Amino acid sequence: MKICVLVKEVPDAAVTKRIDPSTGRMDRSGEKNLNPYDTHAIEAAMQLKEGGELQIDEIVAVTMGPESAVRALHKAVSLGADRSIHLTDPVLAGSDVAATGYALASALGQEEPDLVLLGQQSDDGECYTIGAVVAEHLGMPSLTQVVKMDVTGEAVRCERQAEYGYDTVEVRLPAVISVGDAINEPRYPSLKAIMGAKKKPLQTLAAVDAGIDTSMVGADGSQVRCGEFRAPPQKAAGQIIEDDDTNATVGKIVAWLDERKLI
Amino acid sequence: MADILIYALHHEGTFNKNSLGAITEGARLAAETGGQAHAVVVGQEIPDALAATLGDYGAAKVFKAEGPEGLAQPVVDVMAQVMEENGVQYALFGGGLVGFEAGAGLAARLRAGVTMEVTGVIVEDGKLIAQRPILGDSAISQSRYRDKGIIVGRLNAFEAKTSGGSAEVVAVEAEPSPQAARAVIVSRGEQRGADVDIEGAGTLVAGGRGLGNADGFGLLEELARAFGGNTAVAATRAVVDAGWYPYAGQIGQTGKTVAPKLYLAAGISGAIQHKVGMQSSENIVAINKDANAPIFEFSDLGVVGDLNKIVPKLTEAIAAKRGA
Ligand SMILES: Cc1cc2nc3c(=O)[nH]c(=O)nc-3n(C[C@H](O)[C@H](O)[C@H](O)COP(=O)(O)OP(=O)(O)OC[C@H]3O[C@@H](n4cnc5c(N)ncnc54)[C@H](O)[C@@H]3O)c2cc1C
Ligand SMILES: Nc1ncnc2c1ncn2[C@@H]1O[C@H](COP(=O)(O)O)[C@@H](O)[C@H]1O
Repeated sequence: MKICVLVKEVPDAAVTKRIDPSTGRMDRSGEKNLNPYDTHAIEAAMQLKEGGELQIDEIVAVTMGPESAVRALHKAVSLGADRSIHLTDPVLAGSDVAATGYALASALGQEEPDLVLLGQQSDDGECYTIGAVVAEHLGMPSLTQVVKMDVTGEAVRCERQAEYGYDTVEVRLPAVISVGDAINEPRYPSLKAIMGAKKKPLQTLAAVDAGIDTSMVGADGSQVRCGEFRAPPQKAAGQIIEDDDTNATVGKIVAWLDERKLI
Repeated sequence: MADILIYALHHEGTFNKNSLGAITEGARLAAETGGQAHAVVVGQEIPDALAATLGDYGAAKVFKAEGPEGLAQPVVDVMAQVMEENGVQYALFGGGLVGFEAGAGLAARLRAGVTMEVTGVIVEDGKLIAQRPILGDSAISQSRYRDKGIIVGRLNAFEAKTSGGSAEVVAVEAEPSPQAARAVIVSRGEQRGADVDIEGAGTLVAGGRGLGNADGFGLLEELARAFGGNTAVAATRAVVDAGWYPYAGQIGQTGKTVAPKLYLAAGISGAIQHKVGMQSSENIVAINKDANAPIFEFSDLGVVGDLNKIVPKLTEAIAAKRGA
């Protein structure tokens, strides 16, 4: 069996995210990292492989993004993926969520995976939805925010929190599952794995190689245009206390609460 | 003129409050374009009389289909069919997990544009434009759709209002897609852990992953006791999923929405999905060791420091103050 894991390169969490006013798109310069939520998807794939209920022959990391996105793939491989696929093409730039999901599904379709895993959200895009788009194009069942997976024959029994409490859903393979960050504690890559990551096979695909209809991707192929950015209504900034001396800090908190009759 | 189809999530004889808000909003928007708002319900033997109550929130028709509840793909099957057969241009969802999934799937099926976490919708030249806060709510962007648009609201973004109307209930049958047939819901809405009540509390002491482990909640229980009176302990999804605290005490997107007089967070980053459940609190105090934590963006009092040092002393000081 084959598991494909979707991974994405995102701005480092410590770096302030911003919109580039000249392009109206997110400024993606500066420090980048593998989307932390995707490390849980890779770990979930590794645990399925090591668990032995499914015969997993291969874990393939897949990303769509500019040249720099290979770093996310190297990281994914150092965490356990056997090889990786980099979908990259100028025509893909500016794709909206639906177009991105379509493009990723095209690349995934060629791999014929038994399971596609992805993270609960991208740290920058925050749409929580690529999985559902990908699943629709692949004609696979899907579930998001899964925090427990148990293999039961040809199906995976998944648990997740939805609107009314915990739901248990049995999903037949092949399927697309996005995992919540509570599903596991990702391992750290070994030094050897980090060093060896660049030697694992990495395939670069252009849009045509993935069989993508280019009229359906990029800014022109996207059905939604985002822009006209503006600042949200300003809320008065709160007061900040740096805790240098805890007794004094606590005194200030109590005084603040007392002033507002909250104690 | 544009018609809008709104998904109404159903559970045990009632419709989700966020879905009702979306119907009210959809009816307002449709009227502004000169079109109509219709609702969709998918479930098992939902009585027509119950479905018709959606008219009170502004739905002209309610398209009712038999199907499993709690899964998105059956909803996509029904909504795609209704939208195509009736030439509906827009779909609207209240905040919620199934809505995110169904909205995304529908966008893929119909080749529509989709926007998540929408906090406002306006009409311009008969078209809908969705407004979405992005980048940790530091900016708002507007989405314009080329043709069909799918709008998924943020939790609590739209308020439900009754208007006294009643809806015509239309039964629809949609062939399940092969993918929908391959997921089965085994159980829905399981409550895990003790039954804590956070909705009635005047003061909430909330804990997150920064507590380090389940025992960390002991610190907060003591702090809550020091506050006394109507105080309860609440939590984030991260720690509920980890089994540190009961689900009934969770605030946020897939938990409770609260608005206490005082909300005090310890070791909580302030993710959007948590924020949507508590941002209406009257006074927000946060203790977090990371000065860049998003929660400081919407706190009235932010304390940058280690909760393990601060909380025990704060408990003592509050107990002493109240004892005095
Ligand atoms: C569809 C969807 C639905 C969701 N629904 C919900 C929901 O209903 N409710 C919800 O809460 N979340 C929900 N989430 C998850 C949400 O995105 C966050 O992952 C979650 O809220 C984070 O919880 P946290 O703040 O406890 O953990 P973290 O984000 O890990 O934050 C822990 C914080 O603790 C601080 N910290 C660590 N140690 C200390 C210390 N010693 N002293 C002080 N501070 C410390 C850290 O600096 C950090 O900021 C949802 C996500 C998705 C995608
Ligand atoms: N460009 C991309 N390439 C590969 N995977 C992606 C991409 N964008 C999003 N994903 C995956 O989809 C998940 C959810 O992202 P989002 O829907 O943007 O919140 C992420 O955690 C990734 O696993």
